[in-house]
Amino acid sequence: MTLKTYVAQHGRQFGTLVGLLVLCAVMWILTPHFLTISNLLNIAEQTAIIAIIAAGMTFVILTAGIDLSVGSVLAFSGVVMASLLQKGAPVGVALAVGVLAGFGCGTINGLLISVGRLPPFIATLGMMSVARGGSLLFTEGRPISGFSESFRYLATGRVVGVPMPVLVMLTVFFTAWFVLTKTKLGRYTYAIGGNEEATILSGINVRLYKTLIYGICGGLAGLAAILLTARLNSAQPIAGMMYELDAIAATVIGGTSLMGGEGNVFGTLVGALIIGVLRNGLTLLNISSFAQQIIIGLVIIVAVLLDMTLKKGRR
Amino acid sequence: METEPVLQMRNIRKTFPGVIALDDVSFDLRRGEVHILLGENGAGKSTLMKILSGAYERDGGEVLIDGREVEIGNPRRSQSLGIGIIYQELNLVPHLSAAENIYLGREPSRAGLPFLPFIVDRKAMNGSARELLAGLGVNLDVRRPVGELSIAEQQMVEIAKAVSLDARILIMDEPTAVLTEREIRELFARIRRLKADGVSIIYISHRMEELFEIGDRVTVLRDGSVVGTRDIAGATKPELIRMMVNRELTQQFPKVAAPRGKEVLRVEGLNRAGVLTDISFSLCEGEILGVAGLLGSGRTELARAIFGLDRIDSGGIHIKGRLQRIASPRRAINLGLGFLTEDRKTQGLVLPLSVRENICLPSVDAFSRMGVVSRRREAEAAAKYRKDLRIKTTGLEQRVVNLSGGNQQKVVLSKWLVSRGDILIFDEPTRGIDVGSKAEIYELMNKLTAAGAAIIMISSDLPEVLGMSDRILVMHQGRINGEFSAAEATQEKILHRALGDTE
Ligand SMILES: Nc1ncnc2c1ncn2[C@@H]1O[C@H](COP(=O)(O)OP(=O)(O)OP(=O)(O)O)[C@@H](O)[C@H]1O
Ligand SMILES: [Mg+2]
Repeated sequence: MTLKTYVAQHGRQFGTLVGLLVLCAVMWILTPHFLTISNLLNIAEQTAIIAIIAAGMTFVILTAGIDLSVGSVLAFSGVVMASLLQKGAPVGVALAVGVLAGFGCGTINGLLISVGRLPPFIATLGMMSVARGGSLLFTEGRPISGFSESFRYLATGRVVGVPMPVLVMLTVFFTAWFVLTKTKLGRYTYAIGGNEEATILSGINVRLYKTLIYGICGGLAGLAAILLTARLNSAQPIAGMMYELDAIAATVIGGTSLMGGEGNVFGTLVGALIIGVLRNGLTLLNISSFAQQIIIGLVIIVAVLLDMTLKKGRR
Repeated sequence: METEPVLQMRNIRKTFPGVIALDDVSFDLRRGEVHILLGENGAGKSTLMKILSGAYERDGGEVLIDGREVEIGNPRRSQSLGIGIIYQELNLVPHLSAAENIYLGREPSRAGLPFLPFIVDRKAMNGSARELLAGLGVNLDVRRPVGELSIAEQQMVEIAKAVSLDARILIMDEPTAVLTEREIRELFARIRRLKADGVSIIYISHRMEELFEIGDRVTVLRDGSVVGTRDIAGATKPELIRMMVNRELTQQFPKVAAPRGKEVLRVEGLNRAGVLTDISFSLCEGEILGVAGLLGSGRTELARAIFGLDRIDSGGIHIKGRLQRIASPRRAINLGLGFLTEDRKTQGLVLPLSVRENICLPSVDAFSRMGVVSRRREAEAAAKYRKDLRIKTTGLEQRVVNLSGGNQQKVVLSKWLVSRGDILIFDEPTRGIDVGSKAEIYELMNKLTAAGAAIIMISSDLPEVLGMSDRILVMHQGRINGEFSAAEATQEKILHRALGDTE
């Protein structure tokens, strides 16, 4: 493949990356402090949680689905894990149970969608409410706080200067990239989103894979819960409110089509970073959080509009 | 007689990344003529037509209507210039009814209620849709969602829609690929009436017989350039084929009978309420079993039932001597079956994926170890069929959505060849495939049967059924209404049985 056709086929990816770089340049000009190592690491750290959720969301959206429950599932996984930690369970066990709780919620979503034939929007809307209510009930509405140093190290620790959450995020994205591009699961994810009927007719167990994909999405929300709980030193039943929207936004800005079958995790990572950079830069510029919301909303719309006109331009 | 062309296209050029689809193409259309466009898969026929319909923008050249230069730009403009088109792929909204599809965007509103122009007059709409379809010899409930109709019925709805536009220039891109004899007759009668009314028609088809029956002139395209234009009256089939493929074609149906082996499939007393009644037949290694029948005769439904897509009410399916319950396509494939579906766009292909990924989709398991897929081995398998079937593509990584219709069909076929099933059900396997490639596909079927595979070939192309089958089943209203050996079958006999005669 020549470079030209490669760029033609993957132009969208470069587009998002260029967008991120331009954004960084603008922020740098406006606030010199922006481009310091410590601030960049800071952005990466703040982005990590949303990015990890968005990685799972990318799988789901690639199948032409949606998962509205990730924020609530994060809270649920968080409180389950926190209560185990408080009861003195070994950190490893608590972490595993936290991720499994998320995976379980996701699997239920997947079963409702693939076996129960519910539209993903409805199934996960239901789960969003159930998981949130579950966490509130479980904790009687109170946060669970105060954990051991070894647990908190997951958020505060650094390995050769890189914050742990950033390492976890990079590992997640590398794995997701590997799975999506190199494995059967990845191939089927794209195929289901591109044409579910043709995929079933090709003899693929679409129910199984769809269930698994929603499970993965839930599991990654559980993983994000660990980082959030460790960072705040507290698991809150109201944690993760609206995270689903940020995760969907990151995925969509990253070029994954809500119609399914097209997109990649690299774009999602860039999309999440764009949101992160915007938040950080606007805060440095002393722009109020109210105005920030407006700007981020506009960025989502402009990004998708651009994407659509670029795709049309190819006809 | 009026001689000024209704339409002239001059020096049209169109490129896509990596391909020159049209290079300096000129073409003209006279009033009241049927002008055939002929060319191999990927020659550029559909692209040229899409430029006329406003679906694509041309990169160079000009278009003149009634001698005046026009800018087409978008489909709405094209319509207002009096151009109607039936695309090669169906473009209906599956959840809307046949009537709603036909009148999409120009719904009749209730007369006498000028203040409520947005209220659709359903009765009028359904009535005129029914009339329109009846005029094409089709009787169907126009209120049913088109997604529930058979593909041939959907095609007739497309035709009705295009006809109802009262276009002066009507483009038909392979309208008959999925139709059976009966609908083709009706369509041709309709085309003759349109001609008489002065409508000019551009007609694309790979069925050579049709050209001589309906065409006035023919323009041959090859690799995006015009080879020449001829009057049909003075043209011969071999000459046209030579212009088209630029080489001699030895034989249209190179049938080689393979030795018949063990029985691999036996269907006994299969029933599915309202669709299939008491179907029994068997199939042996090395055999090609043709299945003929009219629209709605249950041929596709039979294939779906065997492949585990539709439930059966009673009856047994024996595979290689054992009674099997086939509850899913997955199970069917594990038993060695393969099913090439008739509608490539909705059932055969994952359009956003690449040629390689589509060809290998049913076989990913075979190409992976511990869940990791070997791209290299996939590419090897895909490359083989790309070469054997001459799939025209910029590369194995090109997305199938960008291939021409016939080349997409070749991808679907390759998919089932790679998956190495030994009981293959082909539903309209050569739909939209050019004459040259058809012969190659038949050769491939010979190779398959020589290696012991058994093939059920459902086809509406009677010459193909007669030319390639060892045995022929004729279906009528969900029953098998006649079985012929290759030697005794004739077009006449098959048509009679297909129409329901028992003698
Ligand atoms: N949207 C597109 N993007 C890239 N390439 C395209 C696109 N549409 C068509 N092509 C290429 O242009 C060439 C001509 O395609 P076209 O669909 O016009 O062929 P055709 O003559 O209609 O063939 P068929 O008989 O198979 O329908 C092919 O090589 C095809 O791959
Ligand atoms: Mg075409």
